[in-house]
Amino acid sequence: MTTTAQPASAEFGRARKRKEDARLITGRTRWTDNITLPGMLHLAMVRSPFASATITGIDIEAAKQLPGVIAVYTGADLDAEQSGLPCVFPINADATPPRHVSIASDTVRFAGEIVAVVVARNAAAARDAADAIQVGYDPLEPVLDMEAALTDSTVVHPDYGSNKWAFFTLDSATAGTGGNADEAIASAEADPDSIVVKRRFRQQRLIPAFMEPRSIVVDPTGEQLTMWSSTQVPHIVKTMTALCLGLPEHKIRVIAPDVGGGFGGKLQVIPEEFLSVLVARRMGKPMKWTETRSESMVSGHHGRDQIQDITISAKKDGTVTALKGELTADMGAYLGLLSPACPPFGGFILPAIYKIPAYKFTCTDVFTNKTWTDAYRGAGRPEATFAIERIMDELAVELGRDPLELREQNWIQNDEFPYTNAAGLIYDSGNYEAATARAKELFDYDGLRAEQRRLREANDPTQLGIGISTYTEVCGLAPSRLLGALGASAGGWEHASIRMLATGKVEVVTGTSPHGQGHETAWSQLIAHKLGVPFEDVEVLHGDTQSSSKGLDTYGSRSLVVGGIAVVNAADKVIEKARKVAAHLLECSEQDLQFHNGKFIIKGTDRSTTIQEVAFATFTSHNFPEGMEPSLDSDATFDPENFSFPHGTHFCAAEVDTETGSLKIRSYVCVDDVGTVVNPLIVEGQIHGGLAQGIAQALFEEAVHDESGTLVTGTLADYLVPSAADLPSFTTDRTVTPATSNPLGVKGVGEAGTIASTPAVVNAVLDAVRHLGVTNIDMPCSPQRVWRAVQSARGAVKSTSEHATEAAAGGGLGSIDAQQGGVE
Amino acid sequence: MTRITVMVDGVSYVDDVEARTLLVYYLREKLGKIGTVVGCDTSNCGACTVHLNGRSVKSCSIFAIQADGSEITTIEGLARDGQLHPMQQAFHDNHALQCGFCTPGMIMQAIDLLGDDPDPDEQKVREGLEGNLCRCTGYQNIVRAVLDAAQKMKPAASAPNEMSARQPSTVAGGGN
Repeated sequence: MTTTAQPASAEFGRARKRKEDARLITGRTRWTDNITLPGMLHLAMVRSPFASATITGIDIEAAKQLPGVIAVYTGADLDAEQSGLPCVFPINADATPPRHVSIASDTVRFAGEIVAVVVARNAAAARDAADAIQVGYDPLEPVLDMEAALTDSTVVHPDYGSNKWAFFTLDSATAGTGGNADEAIASAEADPDSIVVKRRFRQQRLIPAFMEPRSIVVDPTGEQLTMWSSTQVPHIVKTMTALCLGLPEHKIRVIAPDVGGGFGGKLQVIPEEFLSVLVARRMGKPMKWTETRSESMVSGHHGRDQIQDITISAKKDGTVTALKGELTADMGAYLGLLSPACPPFGGFILPAIYKIPAYKFTCTDVFTNKTWTDAYRGAGRPEATFAIERIMDELAVELGRDPLELREQNWIQNDEFPYTNAAGLIYDSGNYEAATARAKELFDYDGLRAEQRRLREANDPTQLGIGISTYTEVCGLAPSRLLGALGASAGGWEHASIRMLATGKVEVVTGTSPHGQGHETAWSQLIAHKLGVPFEDVEVLHGDTQSSSKGLDTYGSRSLVVGGIAVVNAADKVIEKARKVAAHLLECSEQDLQFHNGKFIIKGTDRSTTIQEVAFATFTSHNFPEGMEPSLDSDATFDPENFSFPHGTHFCAAEVDTETGSLKIRSYVCVDDVGTVVNPLIVEGQIHGGLAQGIAQALFEEAVHDESGTLVTGTLADYLVPSAADLPSFTTDRTVTPATSNPLGVKGVGEAGTIASTPAVVNAVLDAVRHLGVTNIDMPCSPQRVWRAVQSARGAVKSTSEHATEAAAGGGLGSIDAQQGGVE
Repeated sequence: MTRITVMVDGVSYVDDVEARTLLVYYLREKLGKIGTVVGCDTSNCGACTVHLNGRSVKSCSIFAIQADGSEITTIEGLARDGQLHPMQQAFHDNHALQCGFCTPGMIMQAIDLLGDDPDPDEQKVREGLEGNLCRCTGYQNIVRAVLDAAQKMKPAASAPNEMSARQPSTVAGGGN
């Protein structure tokens, strides 16, 4: 086990109940939609129902006559000012991303794109007027299928000229991190002692579905234009509003008040933010826009949507010799903030916990006439983890091996860290053996395998499947140097300030922007741990660019491992300043002082002073060290040397009714290693929520478009966000291998559960029915798809058609079956 | 416009409302009861759940005029004299919320659930919360909180404090 200075105090590692709760459980909340300003007007958006069309005319006259309607704007009115929405990680360095308009002027490229903005005295009047606007469209044939799009027979952006945006490659042979994967696979194909397994996996399109619909209030009446937005990234929104719309940066203040979830879905600079600014500025009045859920589903960015062609080669003894991943990723109609980078990001972690001697990864980013895709919890890593964990199971099946044993044979041993993976990432620490051993014990792996055998032998209509996912992931974005090398337009540092108040209370200003993660609690614990002040004496300020002038916000499981370390580093600076003051007050040398639990003590004596006393002495400054600035306040900006690599072992036991296709997760066990833990309660909550979202991809959720490009899962009635009744109780535990890339030994935890769980569930479902001849079931593994797969496999036994064993793709949603084209 | 009289969180209001105004918008926009929130437009998410005459309703699924003459309790009316309702306390104690957006509706529904079944098992709790979506927690700690509150709200424990002094018949979640 790697060692770092193990933090020890009453606060660090304590399951503190959250400070945030007091407001949230009593309805004393500050969601953006709760804000009402004097003279505030309301916006409603008119959106295209067509995925691809030319706008032939917009008749706004009837709408303008309606009571309470102040103004209507179209693309013709706003185009000269709207510039384009930013893409900060284009991947393709050779081209400029197609202009991403906030409001379309002549062409719409996805169903949901804004074509007009209504301003009215209240939200209902604005929506009435939006309905009264007549837009003429000349529909065009939409490009909906990724692979068809690559033929360029119709292009989404004629000015750019192709639907192929970027082609990204990682090759261990050229990077010096391994051999040539193509050659290794070719020689394995020719080698009777080797095996090559190829599979195609489909990552369905998902919708982040945060619970709080997005909302924006813009107040242009002050010297600074103030924007409240339900966003994960107030600092990025501020900077991008300045850069894209040309407003002076110091004249913009962005506030993310209470934000109701994000999951990457609010890691965006959105058209509605820019339009709200433009309209508010024109009218000189505060504006509010709050989306309906239906708007959110169709216009908020989507996630995933990839085709993964995965090839693995191995010796017959199970030793993996090469891995190749070829991705095709649907960008949708435009490039959002990070769209092109999410799928390639997965390429760095596709080798996962395994020793892969030769590795190649390619990703083709493709435009289609759909809502644009971007970060959704895990952003590239859930897809990669699914691919590797599914192909390891496939390899185990082909070799007739236990899938866990096969993993163990190939994984990085705990004495091999730090380890450079085939994609060049340096895993600083990990202990896959320990996490797996604990998970096996909690899961009763051997007992369940025995039960599975009995059920198979009895040909029971209910079959049991066991799914495994032994994952690692890369998070904690940061490090700026690496992000820059990969072509990002911005860095990944994080900032914190500590203000020591006169009475010894502490204000901590953080650049992270929580939306459910509990930073107010966890950062208070960090300060109490470092400065020895009471937990209750710490106030955490965040999400307002006026108080928190520097920050890069919350996403990519970065807040604690980057932002939390900035807090800790700032606290160290406070202590160093306070030590000088304390030495002066106690008339001793700094070296004679020991700082412990908030007290400076002269070593070997009972003479001491508290940090609160030092804070007050600094406030009065009557008796202060010569030449020292009378302030304890300190700032720190932290930019880690490396990413963070949580890992763990997840087991899922699924019961499948082979007669109906219905399935039930009987048990789900995960043991995650997220390094040292500040607050185990919060960590467990993050894992639970992550699991739910990963399981939802495996079993329930899919954004389905019909043949005209209309999203047919555009409400929460059609898009199946799981309820309490759909999910099991999880058994969670942790092992602790501290990270070496930060002084606390912490790792990210926000995305781990989502990244790990999807393949564990799908592997379990397949494991339950594989002996019946089923080889694949596309996600979501709905009862309908499972049933079809079993039926088709049974039929295939007679016809001996190999392809018939592939499960027919089926709409898992009870609404429309996209592939079959029928209404269920 | 139609005139309605409602008692919300112990205060009587008389207002003229548009016939089409949903109860949730009346609560939020007219009364400033912004603790109750709107999460969807198809009555799936349950974020807007309040108590209408002691039973939970999704306030996006009825019109304000339908509430005429009714007593309504929102999340803002649960705590009394600074004392949290046992369900609020249980949500805090069990880390049953993260972003907190679904929490008001979840708490109101959970209280109603215990009104129907004061001693539910885990499965009953899960089924009772089926109409309320949470995207953050995976529900595990919400279920734990409801079971915890059920123990604390048992007759031997102190009574839930949503009981209106004026109309003791409208006990939270009690129905009849």
